[in-house]
Amino acid sequence: MSNSEDYKGYRGRSLEVLQNFNAMVWSEVYLETSDGTFDGIILPRSETADDQHVVLKLPSGYNIGLRADKIQNIKILGRKIAHYKIPEKEFPFNPKLPKVKLFGTGGTIASRLDYRTGAVIPAFSPGELYGSVPELADYCNLETEKLYGVFSENMGPEQWIGTAKAIAREIEKGVHGIVIGHGTDTMHHTAAVLSFMIQNSPVPIVMVGSQRSSDRPSSDAALNLIHSVKTAAESDIAEVMVCMFGPTSDEYGLLHRGTRVRKMHSSYRSTFRTIGDIPLAMVNRQKITPLRNDYKRRRNDKKVDLFPYFDDRVAIVYYYPNMKSDIIDSLIDNGYRGIVIAGTGLGHVNKPLYPALKHAKENKVAVYMTVQTLWGYVQMYVYDTGRDMMELGVVPTANMLPEVAYVKLGWALGQTDDLDEVHRIMLTPIAGEITEREPSNGYLIFQGGIPEVEEFISKVRK
Amino acid sequence: MSDFLFKPFDEMTPDDYAEIGFKSGLEIHQQLLTEKKLFCRCPAGKYNNDIYHAEILRHMRPTLSELGEYDGTALMEFKTKKDIIYRIHYDTVCTYEMDDTPPFEINEEALDIALEIGLLLNASLVDELHISRKQYLDGSIPTGFQRTAITSVGGFIPYKDRTIGIIQMSLEEDSCREVSDFGHTRIYLTDRLGMPLIETVTQPEMRTPQEVAEVNELLRRLVNSTGKVRNGIGAARQDVNVSVREGTRIEIKGVPRIPMIPLLTYNEAMRQWNLLHLRDELNKRGINSDTFEAKYFDVTKLLTKTRYTPIHNAISEGKMVNCVVLRGWRGLLRWQTQTDTYFSKEISDRVRVIACLSVLPNIAHSDSRSETLSSHEWQKVRKFVSASDDDTLVLVWGDARDANTGAKEIIIRTKEATIGVPSETRQALYDGTTGFERILPGPQRMYPDTDLPPKKITDERKLRIKQNLPKYFWERETWYKSIGVPTDIIKDLSVSKYAKTFEILVEEMGISPVFAAITLINFPKKLKKKGKDISFLDSNIFIQVFELFKNNFICKDGIFYLLELIASNNGKFEKEMIPQHCSQSELLYEIRQASKKVEKMKLYDEKNKITLTLSLVMKNLFGRIDGCIVAKEVINYFEKEMNNEQ
Repeated sequence: MSNSEDYKGYRGRSLEVLQNFNAMVWSEVYLETSDGTFDGIILPRSETADDQHVVLKLPSGYNIGLRADKIQNIKILGRKIAHYKIPEKEFPFNPKLPKVKLFGTGGTIASRLDYRTGAVIPAFSPGELYGSVPELADYCNLETEKLYGVFSENMGPEQWIGTAKAIAREIEKGVHGIVIGHGTDTMHHTAAVLSFMIQNSPVPIVMVGSQRSSDRPSSDAALNLIHSVKTAAESDIAEVMVCMFGPTSDEYGLLHRGTRVRKMHSSYRSTFRTIGDIPLAMVNRQKITPLRNDYKRRRNDKKVDLFPYFDDRVAIVYYYPNMKSDIIDSLIDNGYRGIVIAGTGLGHVNKPLYPALKHAKENKVAVYMTVQTLWGYVQMYVYDTGRDMMELGVVPTANMLPEVAYVKLGWALGQTDDLDEVHRIMLTPIAGEITEREPSNGYLIFQGGIPEVEEFISKVRK
Repeated sequence: MSDFLFKPFDEMTPDDYAEIGFKSGLEIHQQLLTEKKLFCRCPAGKYNNDIYHAEILRHMRPTLSELGEYDGTALMEFKTKKDIIYRIHYDTVCTYEMDDTPPFEINEEALDIALEIGLLLNASLVDELHISRKQYLDGSIPTGFQRTAITSVGGFIPYKDRTIGIIQMSLEEDSCREVSDFGHTRIYLTDRLGMPLIETVTQPEMRTPQEVAEVNELLRRLVNSTGKVRNGIGAARQDVNVSVREGTRIEIKGVPRIPMIPLLTYNEAMRQWNLLHLRDELNKRGINSDTFEAKYFDVTKLLTKTRYTPIHNAISEGKMVNCVVLRGWRGLLRWQTQTDTYFSKEISDRVRVIACLSVLPNIAHSDSRSETLSSHEWQKVRKFVSASDDDTLVLVWGDARDANTGAKEIIIRTKEATIGVPSETRQALYDGTTGFERILPGPQRMYPDTDLPPKKITDERKLRIKQNLPKYFWERETWYKSIGVPTDIIKDLSVSKYAKTFEILVEEMGISPVFAAITLINFPKKLKKKGKDISFLDSNIFIQVFELFKNNFICKDGIFYLLELIASNNGKFEKEMIPQHCSQSELLYEIRQASKKVEKMKLYDEKNKITLTLSLVMKNLFGRIDGCIVAKEVINYFEKEMNNEQ
């Protein structure tokens, strides 16, 4: 009964009381309690909330919870069902504008309230998007397709491969640019894996999300969408990119290379940063400003190389002092074929782990080293520890980010069992995941409080 | 509708207000006295004013309500396309206020205070607190909404021979302070943002402007009597709702001082009354919402040579001039709405707010008697837009986008005049009139906060608060009168944060009511005048000091002496501060020394000898012995002296 739409979310005592009076959700009621009387609308209740209270929307629009036990009588005056619908308007067609395809995978870029959990759930269509962000029609003719409706933490190999195939299909059909709406938490994993699965794209492939859900007036969703659609439609950069806020202010977005980007703050709008390099470009409503010149250019053909492979028997091990070898051993014993270690400093682990690394080598488990400092290269020649580990078969991956190395290793193992071939794939840069040099402005984390930094912040809206 | 004509403010009687169906209710915003903000751990009540470290720029977009509707205000604010700039100071704002971090759990101290005040208002406390988001697209809150929750519903306060009903009370976060709003840029200070605030909404049961002010004062004193709310400029702000018969509920926003209320509500009632008469006049002319006719034209080219400065300047800057034709409106832009205010102001206000044409004058019209275009130019325009002499022409100028928004808005506002009084929130102006602020928001702007789950308010919590509820201040006042507290202190004491302390001093410690009242109310004032920080003087300190007095460790005058020392010592009491009692021999010694000094002075009047001596002695012995004892001894001394001389 508790799952019934009529009493959505109610259970236990509160369900009993509502059923007694036939007071279904969305009923307009006059409610008598031992504390006084209330007018309002009975609202659905979040399933995670307790079973003792009834939620009432007052005429002022506020909601309150009343203890079910106090309710003495409910008079039903009418019914007002919410029609939560973004005003849908047909997306206008303009033959002069390029065609952009927007794939939805979930996330908060387009979302609405979910009474079941009390949280926001995703929902979108071209009409809804046009209804809420009409500016999109200034840049392109938009088509949308919902691939998945999952939060980003639920994105995995199946969705990655499905998305890659969908992108290739669209490119072959002749689209001018691709936008992928994605939850932000694992956007950089997907961006990296798509960079490997989709190669030599003739058009931009832009991933976008929002840090503040689109159900709030200050959301970054609309501006991110505008920036990403502009990029897909007009940009000359034919790579997999992440397009998110540059500063926290509504000023401009940054286009990050899919293999060098990382979510760096749990909630800030400007959470995505290019690590160990500078971003590809800046974008605002008016223009796209490239920050570098070494990107792959847009082409007029419809050719693309698709490599939709992934072996999910791969893990990241984040090293910490005093780590025991059984952590690595258990991965080997459970049939994992690849391990990416995020080592300390230049790429180190402690000696007690050596037997486990040896164990891995004997069992043909590929072990690659990255750095948990995120910035900088693995340098295993500098200290003896590093040399010892290389003896044990641990392969340094230069400045590949740990998550990038993880998806690349899964992708490589998905293609071959030959560890030498895996080694070749891993160390051959495909989409900027390994760079030959780190520019000195590739690592700039301003330290707040220092006078010159404060002076800069006071002048520039960051 | 009655033909009643508004009289000057001072001549209006309660019967007159009954005649027009005057109704008014209050929404009182009161900051709570907590250490920290409501949903983050930033300090509350700390203001940085002009100092800021960084700026953040945001824009707002309207979103749907929970019931799937857009709010009119939200759409209006979106039309204005403002750049909102927040100035932030690191000490008072964290990433929460800037909407870069989700909310932390609600401040329990603030919740307790809100519940306490709800009980004082005889309201029903909610069993479960649901935090909602109330949309504000003006940018006054960076999230675009205010987190707010109903803490109690219903209630009343006694007033005159009746009661005034309370609709509800909510606990919410305070908004930003506006620095400026000009053109397409609005700037805010963020220090106040997020401070806990309660909003008490009364029923519209006040029948005259004076009653509104009186009820407001009553409610203000009631919340003050808890000692748990903030005082001072901006700590309490009220929105006043006014309507007349056939009129519309209009909200006058953010009235900073209660004494302004009567004139503001009078003017607002007059405005509504006159707008209703304007509607009747329009209907008489055959203009209603169906027959209403208005168009606008680009007349820039016609006016390139005008000498009317605002338009001349606009055109020379490459701007555009639109002319709105209002069919059959002749003369009506000069229809009086408020004291010395006409219907044209309604239009100008809208253009200023919605089209962001902030430089005044922002319109010129053909009903105006002041000099604008030459009559020849008006003729030219009139011919171009094919208007007759019965039509009114309104010019509006600015960038193409703003001039077009302006023209459209003029048409919207004039069309509304055919219906009556449009729903608006209005700002309180210093001359006692009101000006347009924005469209009145509706319940559509509410949305449940998905960041925080509902919070249960337990019966134990309610009971604990109920048991510690303060006495009503009017009950306190009756008691004070009966025990002889000086009349001039009663009003202050009954809502003072020391009212409870007073009860303890008088009822438990047996201190004289007069002395206790004077000490609690007048001493802190005196210390404040001397530049001491009296915020340190809490109830415990007073009780401690009175214990010393009661046990004869200090004399009566020693109380002030000690309080001053404690205040200067950041509220910390130390044993060494206790003054030593002055012995009889020391007193006599001091009197002799003082009188010697006085002897050497040339006095205009010999009679002053005694008072001079007394003051010299008191200067040295203050706090160690009571003034009356010293006075007695000084008089004795001089009497003896005289006797000796004789």
